[in-house]
Amino acid sequence: MPAQGDPVGRKEGSALAFVKRYLIPRLIQYFLVIFLGITAVFFIPRMTPNDPVQRTLQEMKARGSYLDPGTMDEIIADLTEMYGLGGSWLDQYFAFWGRLFQGDFGVSFFQFPTRVNVLINIALPWTLGLLLTTTFFSWTLGNIIGGLAGYYARRSWSRVLDTVAMIVRPLPYYIFSFGMLLLLAYVVRWFPVSGGMEIGRTVSFSWEFIKDVLWHSVLPALSLVILGGAVMFQTMKLIVQNVNAENFVQYAKLGGVTESRIVGKYVIRNALLPQITGLALSLGQIFSGALITEIVFSYPGLGTLLYNAIITGDYNLIMGITVFSIFAITTAILIVDLTYPLFDPRVRYN
Amino acid sequence: MKVFKDLFRDYRFALSFCVLVVLLILAGLSFFSPYDPTLWGAVPRDLSPSAKYWLGTDSNGQDVFWQATFAVRNSLIISLIAGLVSRVIAVIVGMVSGYKGGATDRVLMFLGDSLLVIPLFLIMVMLSMLVRQYMNLLVLGLLLSFFGWAWDARLIRSLILSLRERDFTQTAILSGTGTLRMVLNEYMPFAMPLIFSTLINNMSWAIGLEMTLAILGLVNMSIPTLGTMLNWAISYQAILLMRWWWIGTPVVLSIFLFIALYWMSVSISEYLDPRTRIQRVGA
Amino acid sequence: MQNTVLRTEQLKAFYVLDQFGAQKVVKAVNEVDLDIRENEVYGIAGESGCGKTTLLKALYNAIEPPLRLVGGKIYYRVNGKDVDVTTLSAEEKRKLRWEFISYVPQGSMSVLNPVLKLKETYQDFIFSHVSRQSREEALNLAKSHIAELGLPRNVLDAYPHQLSGGMRQRVTIALAALLKPRIIIGDEPTTALDVVVQRGVVQLLKAIQVKLQNTIVLVTHDMGVQANIADRVGIMYAGKIVEEGTTEKIYGEAFHPYTRYLINSLPKFGDKTMRESAPGSPPSLANVPPGCPFHPRCPRVMEICQSQMPGFTTLGADHKAACWLAGEGKNGKAS
Repeated sequence: MPAQGDPVGRKEGSALAFVKRYLIPRLIQYFLVIFLGITAVFFIPRMTPNDPVQRTLQEMKARGSYLDPGTMDEIIADLTEMYGLGGSWLDQYFAFWGRLFQGDFGVSFFQFPTRVNVLINIALPWTLGLLLTTTFFSWTLGNIIGGLAGYYARRSWSRVLDTVAMIVRPLPYYIFSFGMLLLLAYVVRWFPVSGGMEIGRTVSFSWEFIKDVLWHSVLPALSLVILGGAVMFQTMKLIVQNVNAENFVQYAKLGGVTESRIVGKYVIRNALLPQITGLALSLGQIFSGALITEIVFSYPGLGTLLYNAIITGDYNLIMGITVFSIFAITTAILIVDLTYPLFDPRVRYN
Repeated sequence: MKVFKDLFRDYRFALSFCVLVVLLILAGLSFFSPYDPTLWGAVPRDLSPSAKYWLGTDSNGQDVFWQATFAVRNSLIISLIAGLVSRVIAVIVGMVSGYKGGATDRVLMFLGDSLLVIPLFLIMVMLSMLVRQYMNLLVLGLLLSFFGWAWDARLIRSLILSLRERDFTQTAILSGTGTLRMVLNEYMPFAMPLIFSTLINNMSWAIGLEMTLAILGLVNMSIPTLGTMLNWAISYQAILLMRWWWIGTPVVLSIFLFIALYWMSVSISEYLDPRTRIQRVGA
Repeated sequence: MQNTVLRTEQLKAFYVLDQFGAQKVVKAVNEVDLDIRENEVYGIAGESGCGKTTLLKALYNAIEPPLRLVGGKIYYRVNGKDVDVTTLSAEEKRKLRWEFISYVPQGSMSVLNPVLKLKETYQDFIFSHVSRQSREEALNLAKSHIAELGLPRNVLDAYPHQLSGGMRQRVTIALAALLKPRIIIGDEPTTALDVVVQRGVVQLLKAIQVKLQNTIVLVTHDMGVQANIADRVGIMYAGKIVEEGTTEKIYGEAFHPYTRYLINSLPKFGDKTMRESAPGSPPSLANVPPGCPFHPRCPRVMEICQSQMPGFTTLGADHKAACWLAGEGKNGKAS
């Protein structure tokens, strides 16, 4: 009988097929989502009945922002340019894209005349640090603990954890973080109430500074890790219970493969695959959650910047943050999607 | 009602059902409120709970208990509008996508996926900033429904795809059943339970997002909802002034509401399909 | 007569299901006595749903809820000693697997871990049983083993989905033989394959058995495959063995009416008459008819068949049947 499906023979032709079947659709999706998101951002202010410039000014006044007449004129000029109100909608639309490509989101009103991208740059490291560490921890911890809880679903600790997750999971970011703040910062006073560091501290690379920053980030980070972890825990537990029933797990058990190997290489490793896709799909929500949590703890990242923009009616800043976020999140999703084949050989070859 | 009996075996369903009934009664009580919810100074300010004012009064001079009845009612109304309208969108998109397939399917699913991927919260912030002056329960509900259908459309689509594989679809098509009749008569009965369980999840998501927008002051602050109540409490420094009855009421009520809705949906979807719990990540 | 390597006594394995408060008992294996010998291929045949696969699970000592061992014993002959394997601890059970008794699964598509190269799967199976010192050696052995069985050498560098169904099945068979077990149990190993590939797989099994001089227990509903490979065949109906004999006896002198139906359903060269199969369908194991369970479908049913199950009657050397036509049966109970 001839050797069928010679593996070496098949691998050769698959690189191109992989690019065609996996890579290109994702790149197309990436650019289309950005295109769609930015287009939405462009049209949203134009869908309201009144002139967006006047509308924005009204909003700022309604928020009680004081502006002297000189500033006001500059803002009107900037707004008119930003919205590119000269010319047809199509001209305006292209002008809008042109500015975005130069990384120019216009000028902030509430910290006039600082440019929006400067403000974003200042806030970004805080958000990035918080977001990356908490997402890493919640994903890793949630999946490992959830995986074990799914494999040992009959154990009592697994049931206890499941109940905890059932209680935490449905709470929106705001309510959960707010509850943590009330409990741990006001009632028992273990952690600082707000901010990213002690007021008046200057940024330096001293141990004192790092310690202070870390100390202030404990509560927001804890909130994000617990809430995000609970979601990961529950989905992972469920996936593991399904994977557990798969033939290859049963077969390994019948083969007397040691339990530690089965749990790690057979159950959890396979259950992680949908969790990677799941992470990509939920990055938008995780990001929004981080912004909301920052607002609760007045953590000096993009969330708090957004909050300040909202209460001062700084539409440019909100738009800048939104546009930036669309780019950041879709890019992050693309990166996750591109690493997926590393974990799943079925996508790599075939 | 055998279904109910079976569901009540699950303590999570029983518990969440009871909590929701209590909350519904609370919402119903708002119709008997002695106070106008928009009127300030109806009662003395900042009293702690007593026999007369069960949950105390707030700094606006409103009775916290009666205010809470309105808040629960309005939050439920918003979430019902959001949930029901987005169900209609989700069902249409999901069914058309699943039934038609091909390019229609790809376009619709791409739109849906984009909504899942884009930071919706920020888009909602932008939108609510601009329509703030027209903001009421209906507008907010519609706004939320416009963004809350994508995930559920996907679920309904995959249900339709699996139904399409079954024999009765072929039989119906061969016997000349029209597309619309086909979808309504043959598919709807299968999709109903899924629609219901996603409705509950979607309501929970809508209430959560409403609260978040309300905290940011992006809704009409004179309409009492769980979110606006919390916003007033925070902006009057109820935490620092230790007015726990004021800040605690919307927080505790909403926690109960979220957990009850979630447990109910988990319980129902487990009953429908023990293998997969249909869940969505709340924002 | 060769030595017994696997023996059951009055084995009873039932599924006990709890459905909305009502208990449902499925009598999948009911009072089965087996005596499987060293160096033979023992076939177990019967229609789908007769309890074959459950019997196999029990023989493999892999009884897990909802399946329960209700009565009887299972003995392996390990190193010259009879071991009652039902009383072993989980770890002792695990150690017997693959070293003493191994298993070839039915569908080979989903039994191999999709994210591991076959090499890694092989390693997992080997390393779980072989001491740390001799692992390298075992792995080299595996490679030469693969070559000996006529599989391409680089097959171990492939992922499961890169192989054809036949190749995957050969890989699982090679894997089962890796640690030179005394018994290999096969659960319909050829069913999912097309006929040409089936033959190769059967030949591979046979080759391994000849080489290792061990025992293969092969469950399949395909009487053709049984005829090709088995030395002895047991016919199973509704959770019981109803006839057992050497392959020649079963195919040449089948006694039990049910066995005859099975044999007659095989195609023969030159015979153009309609293939005759047993009327009706096998009973649900949750609701087995009283007496001889075959009596509702039996063309030669008698009054006594409807109330009592006969024991085994010896019909010749290595041939016995449990049927009232042969007598009440003094040679071992079947009921």
